[in-house]
Amino acid sequence: MQITLDVNGESRTADVDEDTPLLWVLRENLGLSGTKFGCGIAACGACTVHVNGTAVRSCSVPASSMQGQKVTTIEGLAPREQPHPLQAAWVAHQVPQCGYCQSGMIMAAAALLARNPQPSDAEIDGGVTNICRCGTYERVRRAIHSVAQAKAEGGAP
Amino acid sequence: MNKWTRRTFIATGSLVGGGLALGIAGIAFAPNRLRVVPDSRDGTPQLTTWVKIGADNTVSVVVPHCEMGTGVHTALAMMLAEELEADWNQVRIEEAPGTDDYANGYLVRVFVPVVASVPRYMERGIDFATFKLMQLMDMQVTGGSSAVRGTGHLGMRLAGAAAKVMLVEAAAKQWNVPAAECTAKLSRVTHAGSGRTLTFGELAPEAARLKPPVHPPLKSRDDYTIVGKPTPRLDIPSKVNGSATYGVDVTLPDMVYATIAASPVFGAKLVSVDSAPAEALPGIKKVVKLDNAVAVVADSYWRALKGVRALAPKYADTGQDAATSDTIYAAIGAALDREKGEDVFSSGKGSAALQGAAKLVEAEYRVPFLPHATMEPMNATARIAEGRCEVWTGVQDPLAARKTAAEASGLAPEQVTIHNQQLGGGFGRRLPGVMDFVEQAVRIARETAPAPVKLIWSREEDIQHDFYRPAVVGRYRAALSDDGKPAAWVSRFNIKDAAARLPYGIEHQDIRAVEAPTHVRVGAWRSVAHTQHGFFTESFVDELAHAAGKDPLAYRRELLANAPRHLAALEKAAAMADWGTPPAAGRGRGIAVVESFGSIVAEVAEVEIVDGRVKVHRVCAAVDCGDVVNPDTATAQIEGGIVFALSAALFNEVTIAGGRVAQSNFHDVPMPKLADAPGISVEFIRSGATLGGLGEPGVPPLAPAVANAVFALTGKRVRSLPLRV
Repeated sequence: MQITLDVNGESRTADVDEDTPLLWVLRENLGLSGTKFGCGIAACGACTVHVNGTAVRSCSVPASSMQGQKVTTIEGLAPREQPHPLQAAWVAHQVPQCGYCQSGMIMAAAALLARNPQPSDAEIDGGVTNICRCGTYERVRRAIHSVAQAKAEGGAP
Repeated sequence: MNKWTRRTFIATGSLVGGGLALGIAGIAFAPNRLRVVPDSRDGTPQLTTWVKIGADNTVSVVVPHCEMGTGVHTALAMMLAEELEADWNQVRIEEAPGTDDYANGYLVRVFVPVVASVPRYMERGIDFATFKLMQLMDMQVTGGSSAVRGTGHLGMRLAGAAAKVMLVEAAAKQWNVPAAECTAKLSRVTHAGSGRTLTFGELAPEAARLKPPVHPPLKSRDDYTIVGKPTPRLDIPSKVNGSATYGVDVTLPDMVYATIAASPVFGAKLVSVDSAPAEALPGIKKVVKLDNAVAVVADSYWRALKGVRALAPKYADTGQDAATSDTIYAAIGAALDREKGEDVFSSGKGSAALQGAAKLVEAEYRVPFLPHATMEPMNATARIAEGRCEVWTGVQDPLAARKTAAEASGLAPEQVTIHNQQLGGGFGRRLPGVMDFVEQAVRIARETAPAPVKLIWSREEDIQHDFYRPAVVGRYRAALSDDGKPAAWVSRFNIKDAAARLPYGIEHQDIRAVEAPTHVRVGAWRSVAHTQHGFFTESFVDELAHAAGKDPLAYRRELLANAPRHLAALEKAAAMADWGTPPAAGRGRGIAVVESFGSIVAEVAEVEIVDGRVKVHRVCAAVDCGDVVNPDTATAQIEGGIVFALSAALFNEVTIAGGRVAQSNFHDVPMPKLADAPGISVEFIRSGATLGGLGEPGVPPLAPAVANAVFALTGKRVRSLPLRV
């Protein structure tokens, strides 16, 4: 079926099966490969994108059900020349190792901060449940806190 | 990160222009791997095998290792740039192509003691011999925690130093002054007397005409300006905006997609499959029957997946359909009962010393099969066209991938090109000998030719067709003397490896391995046999300490008189964790120390039992890897190793039922997440010892430290993993 999606502020169309997950439409039809395939069952979070600002695991939602929603991927989180504060913090804290899960990790963290600018450790634990096999978790936590703190202090992270 | 393909090489050549190449073409004829050979093919200035200098003064370090998150690309470039006296801000990294020229002989020198340290006059000969050996074995491996201590320490430093000598000589000739009066710094050579100065880029064409020195002087550690300073990894910016390219991201014109289902029971051959249910679905191009698997090719991954799921292939009976984890453990136990085993290490009277002991302590431990579960599922994209085979994938050894692809395509290795991509995790799953996904992709590509095909495994396929960390049972016996110290140590297990040897001073030892093969595929899992032996040895020593009524640290201290580096690491980890003061109520601490891959790591874990489960709050790690090249990356490797080890210690296992793996995805192979990650402190001991590895050594001490902490807290000794209380 022909579907029309609003992805990163652009209207995009694709001809796919009705049950095709958003993940595969983003990656294969729209060429947005920053969103990663990890498990296919919404268990790992590598495929996390924003739908109307909320973190969604794109491997487990049909793209056809996303028509009319605002989809944001890692490529659309911020302009390349003006990174999202989390992206800058990720570099400052040298968070990624292999990096494969980090698009999803950053998208989950961005959605968390958008609804809760000053999350506690427990709220970070609950809001970012992505799997990273390289074990970057503590740096993820530090990076999120640094952005929250910078925002609280009104400056750049 | 740029890939060093002929095309990009030419493209950059045209930009930097007018250069030279100190290359590798002459390597087969000269033991000096740094021999200069002008490369007339593209004119790019290349000084030695590993460094190119452009007219714009950029230094491109050609790194013969993959980047799977350990930071080796940056670390090796730092080591070369340090000796070259390059301006770090102008350093770039290119991954070397998967060709014979970049086989890694230095791997041999870190693992084969006899050639690890050789007289100076033999060094280049040994380098040449080990290099030829690795060429013959198709080894261009990133593994064994060997990149920095092997390629970096033995190769990159030398290449940088040689190139610097050549650049200085070129300047001295041009100015007609003695080379000794010229100095290199920040990618420039300067003559102090006259104040004349030229950039490396300006000097490179002349330098390339010079013969590289065989023994260039290396810098003193005290003079380092790059190595030893925390340096941001050059690959990280691309990993925060989605632009980093992994194997699974490769897209080619006219590409089709495939996914695969191999025989659920390992080793079973495909008998038959009715293709019709798949072929009836939209977008399906082909059902491909392989020896032990069936693949479906479609116009998208999703359609290929639906196609594979529609099939009901029949596989031959392997006689393993009744195998379970219990029958496998029983078979290992029977082998341990039955066989004398092969000697790993023995001393004194061996097991005879158990007779008449004041006190005998016995314990049996076991660990299960484990998956690697790299976050990027196995994948490879292959194209067979015009008598050539090209493969895009992320592997820990592109030379081995080339051989695998050559065999699967029926072409010669020279007709195969591997375009190695960044790896979404390796951990041993993408090593030589376990590249079934490359073989499959190439075999499928024979059916789709000339169209390229991208094979992507589902996570279910990954969990059920891994090359698992071997399941191992270890039986331990020790005789304690009146003073509580062990007089004899006797152990038997089913994984032969020197990792079973002890740092502890025990007079009578008898350490043996039996063979107990199963039908389950096994392979190297981050830190290899050290993960099992670290758990066994450090748990049992802890048991002996408690049997002797002594503090586990004090007990180890008494036994490590002849292992000062182990002792220093233990003392440091203990100090970091305030070992001397009791933990908070409801918490317990455990300690362990393991040497692996040339590094010694001691860890103290602090645990609590929360809702019937072990919660690790804090881990303090003291690491002696000799010296540290990039401290923050080094810290990250230990942090990552600890979390990786936590998955094995507390979270998951692979069990066998009906001859096949019972688990299939992250719902039944749970992994630690942010909420489970302990606070981790890492400190390095700069002992000055020979460089050790860092990718793996953080892993082995964690499980025993946690098990020992659980004992300290609960009095319950847990002897199998994952640890349950």
